[in-house]
Amino acid sequence: MTTGPETRAEFLSRPHGFATRMLDSDILHSFKQSKLTMLAALVTFIFIFGAAFAPWVAPHNPFDLASLNLLDSLLPPAWEEGGDPRFLLGTDDQGRDILSGIIYGTRASLAVGFASVIFAATLGISLGLMSGYFGGTFGTVIMRIADIQLTFPAILIALLIDGTVHGIFDNVTRADTAYWVLILSIGLSFWVQYARTVRASTLVERNKEYVQAARLIGIPPFLIMLRHVLPNVMGPVLVIGTINLALAIILEATLSFLGVGLPPTQPSLGTLIDIGQDFLFSGEWWITIFPGLALAILVLAVNLLGDWLRDALNPKLR
Amino acid sequence: MTAFIIRRFLQAVLVMLVVVAIAFLMFRFVGDPINQMVGLETTTEEREALRERLGLNDPIIVQFANFVWNAAQFNFGISYQFKQPVSGMILERLPATLELSIVSAIFALLVGMPMGVYTGIRRNHWMSKLFLTVSLVGISLPPFLIGILLIYIFAVYLQILPSFGRGQVVDLGFWTTGFLTASGLKALILPAITLALYQLTLIMRLVRAEMLEVLRTDYVKFARARGLSERAINFGHALKNTLIPVITVTGLQLGSIIAFAIITETVFQWPGMGLLFLQSVQNVDIPIMAAYLMLIAFLFVVINLVVDLLYTVVDPRVRIDGGAPI
Repeated sequence: MTTGPETRAEFLSRPHGFATRMLDSDILHSFKQSKLTMLAALVTFIFIFGAAFAPWVAPHNPFDLASLNLLDSLLPPAWEEGGDPRFLLGTDDQGRDILSGIIYGTRASLAVGFASVIFAATLGISLGLMSGYFGGTFGTVIMRIADIQLTFPAILIALLIDGTVHGIFDNVTRADTAYWVLILSIGLSFWVQYARTVRASTLVERNKEYVQAARLIGIPPFLIMLRHVLPNVMGPVLVIGTINLALAIILEATLSFLGVGLPPTQPSLGTLIDIGQDFLFSGEWWITIFPGLALAILVLAVNLLGDWLRDALNPKLR
Repeated sequence: MTAFIIRRFLQAVLVMLVVVAIAFLMFRFVGDPINQMVGLETTTEEREALRERLGLNDPIIVQFANFVWNAAQFNFGISYQFKQPVSGMILERLPATLELSIVSAIFALLVGMPMGVYTGIRRNHWMSKLFLTVSLVGISLPPFLIGILLIYIFAVYLQILPSFGRGQVVDLGFWTTGFLTASGLKALILPAITLALYQLTLIMRLVRAEMLEVLRTDYVKFARARGLSERAINFGHALKNTLIPVITVTGLQLGSIIAFAIITETVFQWPGMGLLFLQSVQNVDIPIMAAYLMLIAFLFVVINLVVDLLYTVVDPRVRIDGGAPI
């Protein structure tokens, strides 16, 4: 690297594509600095990879009833006495492989987690942008609703929405709608943070010259918000999104554990823990402890990534 | 000052009205209340008579007024599933939840504050690093998982503590307490720890951050220069000034402790309000859900109000511009 101001030729020769620009960025640099972050990223990647390619990664298919054998039921992990090398982490009472169950369960947990974060972010960003850009009564009403909702813990709101939705569609069974109800209730309990953050940044950006210029040449408000304001308020949203992913995974697991989330026919990690809890007392600890461990490791890794992203995107901390 | 109190009070009333309106909408429009109350063999005429008697044919605004009036008198209707008055069912389970929540809050304060002070004073001691690492893990572990782990260790493996229920309770007429029997106290230990752990890490991190802040201030440096003992500086000067935010946060957290008790009560089959609420969500028992929502909201609003008002008394800076916007 040369020192001193960049010449025009040097500037033009610098990579300009999005991917190549990322490779040259501060964020990647700070990523390489922290071993813990790299480990967390690796763990998260392994979880996402395993979840995405579950049918190929998992050693068994826990939903294929033909492959189950009751003679294999309640086997301890392979390294314990009586374990079977075919089932690394043991089996449950139906002879299902715990490791495969965890891989498929992670798939469900991550699917709900990502979907609800995207839903919450979309809702929160749109409401925050509009409330900040237009201001007035509309903005105040949105923020008052946000304030009221913020007084209550997310778990309570998610439970209430879940119960209400099942009350409205009482002719549909829980299993059919479980995914959508979960995403709706988790998403609706997390939108406030995005809305508040985006509104605060929008209030600042709204009065800057580039927005005034855009308004002056007659770009409609909707496009100004989308193309000009939104990219400038995305930093904090990314941080909230990552931390929210961890929270959404916990919330989904909690709801499933409480019996109002995903049903045992399409289990998530929380459902697996709930099912396994009954076997704890008869000594079959592996049915619940391993899914619990997987959940804890996944959440810890995502949390660490979120912490790092918050520090990396905050220039004050450098 | 008076204007600030009045405005805060009006805001609290507004929040309560919104919540009651939501509860009313749930009660009135989620499913048909009549269908939930009567059996299959009830005739149409009987249904209509019941509808008329319950006032479900009145104008919606009259119904809402009646709903608010009843709720203010602690009358939340009849549970669909249990066919009993909801208020009685909640009152019956209230002591269990309150005892659990208060014990957890005290436990979190008694353990979290010393840990926070310690990690604040001895920043680089290995114990401080251990506390901080454990607290990170504590935040990442969902509460129900902590409960299950505790059950496995203390109830299944060591077999020294019960894993479910409240143990033997003493009935004082208006209140049932588990404090007076050995089995009641033993049954309280695991749920209280489970519920307290998250708040404990929160308090510890807060006290630590506040201590680090205060220890940098001039008056602490001056106290050092005067040659006061470390003990007097740390506890007499520094800790005292960290207490205001700590008390505020703990007060605000008391509401979420009671809400989070839903999870703990389910793990330990603790016969409290949270367990009742969860069962009502599973069975779509709207009257109980609505009543629980209103009660918790009331609790939150009152706690918020009290904390806000206390703040103006304790910290005069809040008064200057009429308080922070909510």
